[in-house]
Amino acid sequence: MQNEGNDDEMSKEFRVLSPTAILGYGFPEASFRRGMERKPHLIGVDAGSTDPGPYYLGAGKSFTNRAFVKRDLTYMLTAGVEAGIPVVIGSAGGSGAKPHLDWCHEIIREIAKENSLSFKMAVIPADIDKKIVLEAMAKGRVKPLSFVPEATAKDVEESVHIVVQMGCEPIMKALDMGAQVVLAGRCYDPACFAAVPIRQGFDTGLAMHMGKILECAAIAASPGSGADCVLGTLTENSFILEPLSDKRVFTPMSTAAHTLYEKSDPYHLPGPGGAIDLTDASFTELPGGRVEVKGSRYEKTKGYFLKLEGVRRIGYRTISIAGTRDPIMISKIDTILPQVEAQVRGMMKNPSPNDKLMFHVYGKNGVMGAMEPLGNAVSHELCIIIEALCTTQDAADTLCSVTRSTLLHYGYEGRIATAGNLAFPFSPSDVQMGATYTFSLYHLMEVADPCMFPINIEQYTNGEVRK
Amino acid sequence: MSKTTKKRIPVAGHGHKRSIMEVARVIRSKNSGPYELTLDIIFRSCEDYEMCKSRAIVNPALISKLYKIPESDILGIIWFEPAHAVKITIRRWIASGDPGETDIYGAQQHAPLLGIEFDA
Repeated sequence: MQNEGNDDEMSKEFRVLSPTAILGYGFPEASFRRGMERKPHLIGVDAGSTDPGPYYLGAGKSFTNRAFVKRDLTYMLTAGVEAGIPVVIGSAGGSGAKPHLDWCHEIIREIAKENSLSFKMAVIPADIDKKIVLEAMAKGRVKPLSFVPEATAKDVEESVHIVVQMGCEPIMKALDMGAQVVLAGRCYDPACFAAVPIRQGFDTGLAMHMGKILECAAIAASPGSGADCVLGTLTENSFILEPLSDKRVFTPMSTAAHTLYEKSDPYHLPGPGGAIDLTDASFTELPGGRVEVKGSRYEKTKGYFLKLEGVRRIGYRTISIAGTRDPIMISKIDTILPQVEAQVRGMMKNPSPNDKLMFHVYGKNGVMGAMEPLGNAVSHELCIIIEALCTTQDAADTLCSVTRSTLLHYGYEGRIATAGNLAFPFSPSDVQMGATYTFSLYHLMEVADPCMFPINIEQYTNGEVRK
Repeated sequence: MSKTTKKRIPVAGHGHKRSIMEVARVIRSKNSGPYELTLDIIFRSCEDYEMCKSRAIVNPALISKLYKIPESDILGIIWFEPAHAVKITIRRWIASGDPGETDIYGAQQHAPLLGIEFDA
């Protein structure tokens, strides 16, 4: 069993194995075994991100592959249980709402059964009741992050899922309740790595900064990889990062540069209840491709703020992908596309102003849109993606189909290729993309209790579960 | 401030301009959450970093011009010594995944930075 509660015997080192940057990205078995040989006190993994966009939280689906999530978790759980150390999984299923948590929970049940594992697990949902958010809003306790619009009651009411990004406290509480495995819904990424050592008395600033790096596994090494294991060793006044593959090393530069990644201010990294302050952090090279970090501090904020993430459905999307190689059409593309839209809208019986028709023109400005500096440069061929975004799937199908057929045969001025204007790579040419979502909430909410999350304990005995 | 940002093309025979590509080893873009785009330039050496920082090669006026955004859409330009880097964070053109999206991860918005030039 794990050595919980042995604070008197707190060893001077706390070693954390981070197998992969996102659960389901995979890792080499040899790196993982090498990590286990270093006798870690914790295996942690972060499974989530908002980076893949609002769809996954809205649809309740994972952006990672089930077979690979199971593969990664099988290594982690069997090794963790055998070694008697905690295994902490945060942001289950990617977005960390109930369907994502259930999905990952089911995978763990399968693994436990198939490997006859015995362990106690805490499952911590991160969903929040809309009433609580509305009450907090009414009291002025919900505030937008930079560039995020103020939230309205309608934004909350229309949200399909709202999750709260939990900090270290619920994980620490789950360990207090005797859990060896913690499966958390949406969770601040570093908390998966920092909660256990902080609970054992290690410095919060160092633990959080180490967690910030470990949550991306070997991405902070050189060459970087999101699919390789690393070991973090926390001591009283520093932490040391160590690669677990001979292919890569940590350098002071690679480690410091990682602090820039996906963050707006590398000196201050805000999270639940406070921020990591790197103003005085130092990065020193050690033998063996290791780096020692000192001086990271943690500053608690006045009031405890948690981040809310919510999405609402804005309609249904259908797309069609086509190319053109005609120089006359290419030279007139900026006038042809609006003319086609006008002709299509003129034919629709009851055009809804909410029905959006968009053209993505690759070879012109498909990647940067209005920010594209080379506005007039065009390629010898263009890819045109027709995108119809409507209130129903039927309406999107219709708008996409009619636009596609109209553009295909549109008699633009000067045309000499009269058989068809588009080259389709696929049959069918049109693809239903299904429900489409937008972020409705990306706000901070002040809470009285960082442990506002329910914690459900399950005991697995030889693979069988008892609640 | 240098006159670099005002004169776009060096006069022939007067071409004592250097490209940012000579002094940077990483130039990249990425979302920082769904509402911000963050741009990193990591310099090749401490000397390159100090030179570019002291001359403010990257500044709000330049970013505003390169990305066709008002300076009020720039959240910050932060010089980060430990990584010999400068980080520029701007308002995302729309929230990630909203209608009209072109780059969900924001990972391909760095190209305008590649053309930065400064006086040799």
